[in-house]
Amino acid sequence: MSPFLRTAWAVFRKDIAVERRAKEGANALGFFALLLLFLFYFALGPDGDRIRAALPGLFWLAFILAGVLGLGRAFALEQENDCLDGLILAPADKGAIYLGKLAGTTALMLGMEVAFITATGIFYNLDIWAAVPRLLLVALAGTVGFAAVGTLFAAMTAHLRAREVLLPVLLLPLAVPVLLAAVKLTDLALAGEGWGPAWPWWQLLLGFDVVFLVAGLLTFEFVLEA
Amino acid sequence: MHRILGGLAAVLLALGLWVGLGLAPRDAVQGNAQRIMYVHVPAILTGYVAIGLVLVASVAYLWTRRAVWDRVAAAAGELAVCFVGLTLATGSIWGKPTWGTWWTWDARLTSTALLFVIYLGYLLLRSVVEDPERAATYAAVLGIVGALDVPIIHFSVEWWRTLHQPATVLKPQAPSMDPAMYRALMVNVVAFLATFAYLAIRRYRLLTLRAEALTRTIAGV
Repeated sequence: MSPFLRTAWAVFRKDIAVERRAKEGANALGFFALLLLFLFYFALGPDGDRIRAALPGLFWLAFILAGVLGLGRAFALEQENDCLDGLILAPADKGAIYLGKLAGTTALMLGMEVAFITATGIFYNLDIWAAVPRLLLVALAGTVGFAAVGTLFAAMTAHLRAREVLLPVLLLPLAVPVLLAAVKLTDLALAGEGWGPAWPWWQLLLGFDVVFLVAGLLTFEFVLEA
Repeated sequence: MHRILGGLAAVLLALGLWVGLGLAPRDAVQGNAQRIMYVHVPAILTGYVAIGLVLVASVAYLWTRRAVWDRVAAAAGELAVCFVGLTLATGSIWGKPTWGTWWTWDARLTSTALLFVIYLGYLLLRSVVEDPERAATYAAVLGIVGALDVPIIHFSVEWWRTLHQPATVLKPQAPSMDPAMYRALMVNVVAFLATFAYLAIRRYRLLTLRAEALTRTIAGV
């Protein structure tokens, strides 16, 4: 493995190890997602058709709301014991650190998303199991794009006074293309449509991922060292 | 220099008002409501220029690390919010008599509203970071990331839904507009750009003076 990837892998493993041992982040995130599942049902139920029609939007609202929490935590953790200074001083490519943090957040969010999709099928009594493989692909692509911008902004806002408000305020408008494309793709996947109508949205979503991954890799260094 | 530019902008704005409200013909379908276009279109074009300037200045700041570029970006960022906001306001006023509604979730309205929110966030970020150098870096990164998102937002929202009339001025063929209307529009575009340049220069100057005053205060202590 190249030194770049090795650094990214090390940061990723560190984040996963912290999560595995402390479990507070993953637990809180899963619990929050489950709560959202209940809240959505109280807000829209008990009419099953209404829930079913709103499902793609509900999925992504839940992913994004929980994602903002997860992102905020990913850097709040580094603030403790000055871990962030350690990362900054490490003689490693800052882009690799970005990639590692991004992978860590993506993995955490994906875990939450799998749990959320499963819980939705069970609690809402919906037969969505056939669509799950495609849903996971959409979830992966959407989460990478969301976390690519989110990791950058989370690093900026982690030590600011107004971080809880500032992160969503900066991140959500920029993430609108992800939301639009992912909701549309989720809708198509749940409806069992072919790949044809989904293709332009895939291009948009993957284009977003690539643009903001590159932008993040290039600008993360400035953010960390500022 | 800035006095001449300011005077020129004032004269051009007055001229634009006169040709827009007086010389240009009344629209056959929309009546006088159409005349708001002479403010609406120059405002958004100027807004795009401002956003472009934020991008250029942000890249230049990260490249050179000179505070000069940060001040350019700050001045342009404020004016971007100002002109995009003006576009939304005039569009709303025009939409009420013409479309029968203040607001609709049409593609261009939606993406313009998103631009407004993004650059409002940009100003917010600037205001909450205390360390000036850090604020400049963060703002530069957001200025770049935000500008990268502009075309993506545009296309995504376009596909999502569209109702707005297609672009009339910035399209490849000749503009499909009465020549008198077109002239009135162009006068106003130039007037708005001159106003933008004047305001940006003044704002830049103010930011420079403030930074110098701060340095003097610190040195004095």
